[in-house]
Amino acid sequence: MIAEIGAFTAMLALALSLAQGLLGLTGARNEPRAGAAAALAQSSAWIAAISFACLIALFVRSDFTVAAVAANSHVDKPLLYKIAGAWGNHEGSMLLWSFVSAVFGAVLASTRGAQTQSLWARGVGVQGLVTAGALIYTLFLSNPFARLDPAPMQGSGLNPLLQDPALAAHPPLLYLGYVGLSVPFSLAIAALIEGKADQAWAKALRPWTLAAWTFLTLGIGLGSYWAYYELGWGGWWFWDPVENASFMPWLVAGALVHSAIVTERRGSIASWTILLAIMGFGLALLGTFLVRSGVLTSVHAFAVDPRRGIAVLVLLAVALGIGFTLYALRAPKLAQPAGFAAVSRESMLVWNNFGLAIAAGVVLIGTLYPLLVEALGGGLISVGPPFFNMTVAPLLGALFLILPFGPMLSWRVGDIAASAKKLAPAALLALATMIITLVLSQWRAIPAIGLALGVWLIAGGLVYVWTRVQRGEGRMLRKLALLPLAVWSMSAAHIGAGVLTLGAVAETAFRREQAALLNPGESVDFVGRRVTLLEVGEAEGPNYSSTRANFRIERDAAVQRMSAERRFYPTSPMPTTEVGILSSIDGDLYVALGDAARGESAWTVRLYYNPLVHLIFIGAIMMALGGALSLLALARRKRSGA
Amino acid sequence: MRRRDQRLIMIATAGAVLVAAMALTFWGLRDSVVYFVAPSELSERAQPGQRVRLGGLVVEGTLRRDADGAMRFAVTDGAVQVEVRYDGVLPDLFREGQGVVAEGSWQPGQAFEAERVLAKHDETYMPREVAEAIKQRGEWKGDTPQ
Repeated sequence: MIAEIGAFTAMLALALSLAQGLLGLTGARNEPRAGAAAALAQSSAWIAAISFACLIALFVRSDFTVAAVAANSHVDKPLLYKIAGAWGNHEGSMLLWSFVSAVFGAVLASTRGAQTQSLWARGVGVQGLVTAGALIYTLFLSNPFARLDPAPMQGSGLNPLLQDPALAAHPPLLYLGYVGLSVPFSLAIAALIEGKADQAWAKALRPWTLAAWTFLTLGIGLGSYWAYYELGWGGWWFWDPVENASFMPWLVAGALVHSAIVTERRGSIASWTILLAIMGFGLALLGTFLVRSGVLTSVHAFAVDPRRGIAVLVLLAVALGIGFTLYALRAPKLAQPAGFAAVSRESMLVWNNFGLAIAAGVVLIGTLYPLLVEALGGGLISVGPPFFNMTVAPLLGALFLILPFGPMLSWRVGDIAASAKKLAPAALLALATMIITLVLSQWRAIPAIGLALGVWLIAGGLVYVWTRVQRGEGRMLRKLALLPLAVWSMSAAHIGAGVLTLGAVAETAFRREQAALLNPGESVDFVGRRVTLLEVGEAEGPNYSSTRANFRIERDAAVQRMSAERRFYPTSPMPTTEVGILSSIDGDLYVALGDAARGESAWTVRLYYNPLVHLIFIGAIMMALGGALSLLALARRKRSGA
Repeated sequence: MRRRDQRLIMIATAGAVLVAAMALTFWGLRDSVVYFVAPSELSERAQPGQRVRLGGLVVEGTLRRDADGAMRFAVTDGAVQVEVRYDGVLPDLFREGQGVVAEGSWQPGQAFEAERVLAKHDETYMPREVAEAIKQRGEWKGDTPQ
């Protein structure tokens, strides 16, 4: 019964969002119609919520007459993973996508702000069609409520690798980001239909872009952290197609966050902002296509179903086709006021956009190149980390080199000499970092440049905060307290990028790795530590059994213990590695337990030393915090009516 | 500076960055693309020392450990077996009789030296490339993986 209610409400939400689309698009000059579209957006969101709640209920009750539950759940699974199982599979995740899109449509409908009625109504209308498209795909190509006959007695269980708290939160966060980009898309289409993209439009766009970027940052960061501690490979980013699929929209959303500022403050580059909004959503859809179609081999194995891939491709073609056609017809007509000098806040933001967009383009080429080569009969290839490292790193490096100047320059015409003078201490610090790294690493240039860039970003961000503090009056604490929230948010994000850079460069360049074959009681020396395997024993978890190895780590006088496990889930023939991680201020000692060698009592133990790896995740959190604070600043501004 | 000069400078810089990015991209694609080869194609399609992805099925009963702790196993596409040496912990999904992709290079008279071994997250999943290689040899059994 619950499944039927779920399917029925999803159908109903589809009908409501189609009506929302029609009324919204035709209600531009018709107040009651636009009002009806807004009301439909609200009801569509509530109905979609009921549908999604039904799916969660089915997973919690382990109703194996439903195919998606039978294929992905198990009665013995802890409750958290039963709930997370609702979106840990393809069908459920598409319903989540539709639900989030409907909710965003409702929020868009209830926050008209300073937008003109026609622009607002059209935005709500397009968002309704986006939700409808997602629901059509969900219901007709991946129905999570489809029944199974005969029903199995037991489900096949969720992939054990996915039974993890971080992975419970990872897909919803990413989807909030992906789907969040659908709202800027809807607003961009509305602006193109309208033939007008003014400052009020950009003002409406900004919070959505910021929210989408923040969710993507958190989602990608969490996914990366999960890969780091769960996969047992000691790495945190593999330039895997599925990772790239989320990285490209992130780059474009980052560009959009900045270009929307220019459009809002100065009214300029509106057509570029529109183009970015269209491309951002296009890349979000492309990401879904790459992940769901299985066209690219990836460390993330998802079900391969060509029909679904083609359907996503059709949706992508429709969205981009409409978007680019409208853009070609209407963009030239958009007014382009207010020019700016080659050295100004605007020009810096344009450079930021240029760099991020090119980086996204390069990642796109690298990700799709294997498909292209294969389609042209050139054989099967893979484009691996070396390509992305040698293309994306220099681009982002160049971007980071000019980044600290951005906030220092004023709008319209900036004073580069004065900014350079203020930033001189930061530059000196970066230079010192470079020289020290060069000496200590025996003249390895790339890590030296990378670490210097990280320090440059952090110190440059602090210099900016300091110059803003100096403008205030009164005591130090008062000055700090009176700093606008926007200064804090921007600085948190930029300094976060620097912190992440430090971690990423240090981890990539100075990681140590060693495999050892240890009998209980034996030791191995590794990066200034003595690692001793104490004993290996068996343990039982709630729905798995595990082999657990305990280690003693001696470093100078300090003695610490850690353990690493291999877990066996009866529902799955594959064991999973639960690595042991011992964090210290300089980095992580990371231990993965391998197999017992056949016919021997020794165990393979893989040791990794990942210097400054925690800075990667701290940096990502700081960037997301910057996004969140910026949203808060926008909300406050709105309340005070400024 | 006049406005026109300023615009010219910006466009010139943008053009230079774009050209540099494109050059890097094409250079990178030429140099760091890794070809996928089946065991029977290894010696003809890959130069010694060239980085390739070797895909195939792990031959039953061939997994063993060298004295120095490195793992050894044979990979086949049904026609040719290639000995692979990997100094590391094999992924959780590694199984004899199942598909695997080893990334690395070969030298004449030595085992294929893998730097990375990939098995897939899902136990029912066979790497697409392996399936292709086995299909090409007409040794494909079973349905196309769903």
